[in-house]
Amino acid sequence: MTVALRTEGIAKAFGGVQALSDATIEVEQASITGLIGPNGSGKTTLFNIITGYERPDAGAVYLHDRPITALSPQRVFAAGIGRTFQLTRIFPRLTVMENMLVAQQHGHRRRVSPLSRAGSQSDRQRAMAQLEFAGIAGQAGELAGTLSYGQRKLLELAYVLVADPGIVLLDEPAGGINPSLVGLIADRIRALNAAGVTFLIVEHNMEFVMSLCQHVTVLDYGTVVATGPPEVVRADPRVLDAYLGTGEDDQAEADEAEADEQSGQR
Amino acid sequence: MTTGTQKAQVAGPAGVPSAGGGRLASPAARLTGLGLVAVVALIFPLVFTNATISNIAVQTVIFIAVASAWNIFSGYSGYLSLGHAVFFGTGAYAVGIIARDANVTGDTVFALLPLAGLIAALVAVPLGLVALRVRRHTFVVITIAFFFIAQLTASNLAITGGSSGLLAPVPNWTAATFNNPFYYAGLLIAAATVALSAVIRRSRFGLQLRAIRDDEDRAVGLGVRAMPVKLTALVISAFVCGLAGGLWFYFIGQAFPQFVFDPLFDLAIALMAFFGGLGTVAGPVLGALVLEPTQLYLTLKLTNDYLSEILLGAVFLVVILFLPRGVLPTAAELAGRQRARWQRRGDRL
Amino acid sequence: MAREVYEAIADGILGGGVYALMAAGLTLIFGVLDIINIAQGILVILGAYLSYVLSVHLHIDLFIGLAITIPVMFAIGVVIQWLFIRPLRGSERTSMTLLACYAVALIIEGILYAAFGPNFVTLNAWYTQPNASVKLFGFYIGDIYLFGFGLAIVAVVVLYLLLYRTTFGRAVRATMQDATAAALVGIEVNRVAALTFGIGVAVTAVGGMMYGATSGGFNPNSGYDLISRLLAIIILGGLGSIGGAMVAAIFMTTAEALVDIWQPNWAVAVFYLALVVVLVVRPTGLFGRQAVRAQ
Repeated sequence: MTVALRTEGIAKAFGGVQALSDATIEVEQASITGLIGPNGSGKTTLFNIITGYERPDAGAVYLHDRPITALSPQRVFAAGIGRTFQLTRIFPRLTVMENMLVAQQHGHRRRVSPLSRAGSQSDRQRAMAQLEFAGIAGQAGELAGTLSYGQRKLLELAYVLVADPGIVLLDEPAGGINPSLVGLIADRIRALNAAGVTFLIVEHNMEFVMSLCQHVTVLDYGTVVATGPPEVVRADPRVLDAYLGTGEDDQAEADEAEADEQSGQR
Repeated sequence: MTTGTQKAQVAGPAGVPSAGGGRLASPAARLTGLGLVAVVALIFPLVFTNATISNIAVQTVIFIAVASAWNIFSGYSGYLSLGHAVFFGTGAYAVGIIARDANVTGDTVFALLPLAGLIAALVAVPLGLVALRVRRHTFVVITIAFFFIAQLTASNLAITGGSSGLLAPVPNWTAATFNNPFYYAGLLIAAATVALSAVIRRSRFGLQLRAIRDDEDRAVGLGVRAMPVKLTALVISAFVCGLAGGLWFYFIGQAFPQFVFDPLFDLAIALMAFFGGLGTVAGPVLGALVLEPTQLYLTLKLTNDYLSEILLGAVFLVVILFLPRGVLPTAAELAGRQRARWQRRGDRL
Repeated sequence: MAREVYEAIADGILGGGVYALMAAGLTLIFGVLDIINIAQGILVILGAYLSYVLSVHLHIDLFIGLAITIPVMFAIGVVIQWLFIRPLRGSERTSMTLLACYAVALIIEGILYAAFGPNFVTLNAWYTQPNASVKLFGFYIGDIYLFGFGLAIVAVVVLYLLLYRTTFGRAVRATMQDATAAALVGIEVNRVAALTFGIGVAVTAVGGMMYGATSGGFNPNSGYDLISRLLAIIILGGLGSIGGAMVAAIFMTTAEALVDIWQPNWAVAVFYLALVVVLVVRPTGLFGRQAVRAQ
């Protein structure tokens, strides 16, 4: 198996909070990998570090064995890693088409004059193809700010994809949108994955993760506690512990309560 | 209603999805309108020969240029500058100093204007490099700081004539059509600026600017190089303001610090752009066309300066509170809604 | 020579206290409402004129008159916020509130010109006279400065108690940190915003009186100079940091007083140059929070 993206021993603290400690993950080429864990386990922080929005205190990030730890967000993007945000980020006062064109700016050689019309014929065609795929081609001329939340998510995904990234990091793509749209997004991811795009997805929607991802990594308190195929991971006691708390603690509490009762009776 | 089933999308006129929430008029109508405006603008001083009216006309075209230039920077990038008077004043003083020291008079003074613009553009580079590193709140304040530094510098240096300022060279053409050369020079600058504004708005450069305005960090993350883009817009804006400032100085006849570096200047051009529609091409033009003559007319009628100040503030508040996006975008949106209503009515029949 | 320097430093610190007070109100408004109240300069002048009217026409002592001017300025602040700032919404909100404040400032300036004309006036009382001074450490310190300093201390203490010992203060601090969260726990954010703006403006009543008494003359045009200094101070100190504003105020007025010894014409430039230099080195100001990249 070829590893497309991996992190080694990432550590990051914010003030007194250790968000990540020794986070080591691997994302296989052309896979759909899920990254799950309870709130505060460090998933978005890890995303931010991978994509250059944060600098780790320790550890490294490798893209096809090339270290990219210190790269700025735009360099990471240029290297072929696209990323969406938990709170969808689009350009509200630009049209949907223009949103797509912004993502295509970096691909141009220096020769293209800045005063030339934004978006060449081929750029626009590729953008339209993505928009059609996403089902929002009809709104190409509308201001992105008029889109609904679900449509914005699709737009953000579309403009990340139009730049032809090899790897896409999705931060809660299914968050806050209705079930039929979730299905649409899952279908799109599968289709793109079949064409060779690698996905790393942070998501809380377990159904979404388990049905879509071929491989799942679980973070808890900033470290990896389990990794493997979805069926294996979901049954792993450490994962259950991370999300729900141990059965052992409950048993100990019950024993104590019983002991108190008995001592009270004497 | 999921997007997957939204295939039956209502198309705007000519089968093209309506852009930006509704256009005010079709392309053909806009072209004819533009032609009409051009004709009117060209023959205006020949028809209206009254000195007062042509005086107002000169200042109006100058401010059309300045408001459009301000919009090219502040409107498209979202960085509000309240210090553009620095560039305007630099242009004015540049013409004044060079004309005085190199003894330039008459027609030739017009040739100094591009030089004045260039000097203002050069001044914009270090100012921009400092000011554009900070967030928007702080940016506005820095522009105000630069404004006061400029005013102070002009008051204290001998070369700028200190607080008494400079006198412009005396023009050498007839008094009858005295205002006309100024008018046509101003019209040329204004037309070129508006055209440039339109080109920029449609261009790659403009797209990057506007993306910066909406979400700078995301734009940077997608590869937009923020500082060069913002700085270029500022330099272009400064160049035009320098041109306009030089012309204005020649027209008005004098420049002294309080007059040239006037805080109301920046507020007025911001209001013009806001009034017409910030970030649009025609907005600042409309704003200047409406507000500049009004302001000048009021200054003539009202002996009391202070009343015009109060009115300016009041108009600004009204615009901000009730027409926050400006006249043109609001009108375009209303037109779009009306068209949609007609279409629905048409579908029902 | 050395004497002049020490005097300049003393003047700077004392004068800085006055500016610190005015700046504190401005930065408080920013901290809670996230807006820069450009009208603060002219509001200080308005406060000064109010004290003037009370003193000259009603013969009320300047400090006693504060009991009237503070509530009046507070009310004016609340009205301004409620009428012109609260209704503003949308993505352009930051720019628009700034311009709205500028517009309000223009209106107030125009009204002041209409009411009082362009002539310079000063606030006078027995303690503002040049000979009413106390000798301290070998320097003469004007009585007005001593009283003013005492007043500033009282004001800071009151502000502190208000912010840290009352329920309202807690609401203000909560809104400062996160308006949405504050609203979710039942804090009436609109009311907090209006009242905070009012407090920020009420401070100008005190600042205005002190400014009027120590500036050697003011007229409606004085607002520009004042607001540009205040803005420089709060940016240098770090937007939202009251302590930072105070340090910056004292630093800048002292620097200006020192430069004034050699180059009176350029002294005021110190303010702006200091601002520019600091921002080149540290864009968030001396004590500013690491700016969350807000639009």
